[in-house]
Amino acid sequence: MIAENFNYDAPTSLDEAIALLHEYGDDAKILAGGHSLIPMMKLRFASPTHLIDINNIPGLSYVKEEDGYLKIGAMTKEVEVEESEIIHAKYQIFMDATKLIADPQVRNFGTLGGNLAHGDAANDHPAVMIALGADVEITGKDGKRTVGIDDFFQGFYTTAVEHGEVLTEIRIPAASGNYGSAYHKAERKVGDYATAGVAAMIQMDDQGRCTKAGIGLTNVSPLPLRASRSEEVLIGSDLSEAVIAQAAQYASEDCSPSEDLRGNVEYKRHLVSVITKRMINKAISRAKK
Amino acid sequence: MTKKITLKINGAEHTMEVEPRMLLIHAIRENASLTGSHIGCDTSSCGACTVLIDGKSAKSCTILAVQAQGKEIATVEGLATAEGLHPIQEGFHLNHALHCGFCTPGLMMRAVELLEKNPNPTEDEIRWGISGNLCRCTGYNNIVSAIQWTSAKMQGKELPSTEPKFV
Repeated sequence: MIAENFNYDAPTSLDEAIALLHEYGDDAKILAGGHSLIPMMKLRFASPTHLIDINNIPGLSYVKEEDGYLKIGAMTKEVEVEESEIIHAKYQIFMDATKLIADPQVRNFGTLGGNLAHGDAANDHPAVMIALGADVEITGKDGKRTVGIDDFFQGFYTTAVEHGEVLTEIRIPAASGNYGSAYHKAERKVGDYATAGVAAMIQMDDQGRCTKAGIGLTNVSPLPLRASRSEEVLIGSDLSEAVIAQAAQYASEDCSPSEDLRGNVEYKRHLVSVITKRMINKAISRAKK
Repeated sequence: MTKKITLKINGAEHTMEVEPRMLLIHAIRENASLTGSHIGCDTSSCGACTVLIDGKSAKSCTILAVQAQGKEIATVEGLATAEGLHPIQEGFHLNHALHCGFCTPGLMMRAVELLEKNPNPTEDEIRWGISGNLCRCTGYNNIVSAIQWTSAKMQGKELPSTEPKFV
């Protein structure tokens, strides 16, 4: 399958990329890892007239803790997250998630920024970022602005990144105290989108009382979903079995999956409930370590 | 509008005039006439088109030829040297790790990167490591054995038996 023809530019600075976006108008697209965009172009679901490849722009790929945040450069590849020491030590949710994203070859090229900017509720990082309470930094002609993850996803393949802007950094409040996080998705086979996926983050005080909680759901609603009622029942609780069961129940009630080849609505709600319970427990056990 | 690019494939430079939409796999097969890398699914699912770009295994049906400008590309044709087969080729041969052979070039290139990063992988790490490559002759057990054999060979360890296993 061959995409429609387009012009290709590979600028070496962010300013140049943004200037090109403005010059070419609405039909220009940013090419990051390309493992969502190029398949769509081959199927002709997308036919941009200009591709602006940002892989040659230095300084957009890093994983570091700074100013109370875990900062991830938009062009950081999945494999770089998978192999990052700081991720191994403190943010195991990314180890869970990256292992389940596509396959090793795709993870060699797919980027975290691209995974979010694609704006697909079936992707895995949106739910992870919701659970972790991330902010997204977007750079445009007039400088940088920051958008909270809850305002980032705006519709089907639509995000807060406006035309002429580039997603440049993801900022996650740094792990502190008794902090644990976990992700799992049910998938039919390697590389498939989630039948249902759940991301959980739990922070506890030394008495085991929950001080912070985040629950994000993958591919069970038109937009990546925050399970707010589940979070509310967890925060301030003693994280007893009954509380966790209630949080799982709320998540399964509040999502709105649609029936497809992966399963019917009832099955997907059941999966959400089971995985939510398991991921909360996994996050708690990691928080205790 | 075409672009002039130079691809360095297995150490040799290939200069070509391509449309930006040309996929890397087509540039390798059609312009450089290296047909060892295959096109299976053409949707980045099967891994038959796997090549190494600067040492990283890549599905070349989902990468544009223009993106590979100036990068070192390695394909199955570059594995063997004047001294003989690459250990991974020897491993696949001795362990009966291929049947029709269509997936083999991609699997070997993937295995090369896997063993480069993790010289002594567990069986689970091998199975996850080749999860982006499909074999439809159901040869996974022998493929795993081949990679284990190659791992031992490359580390100078005692070689596992290559007798066929009936499972």
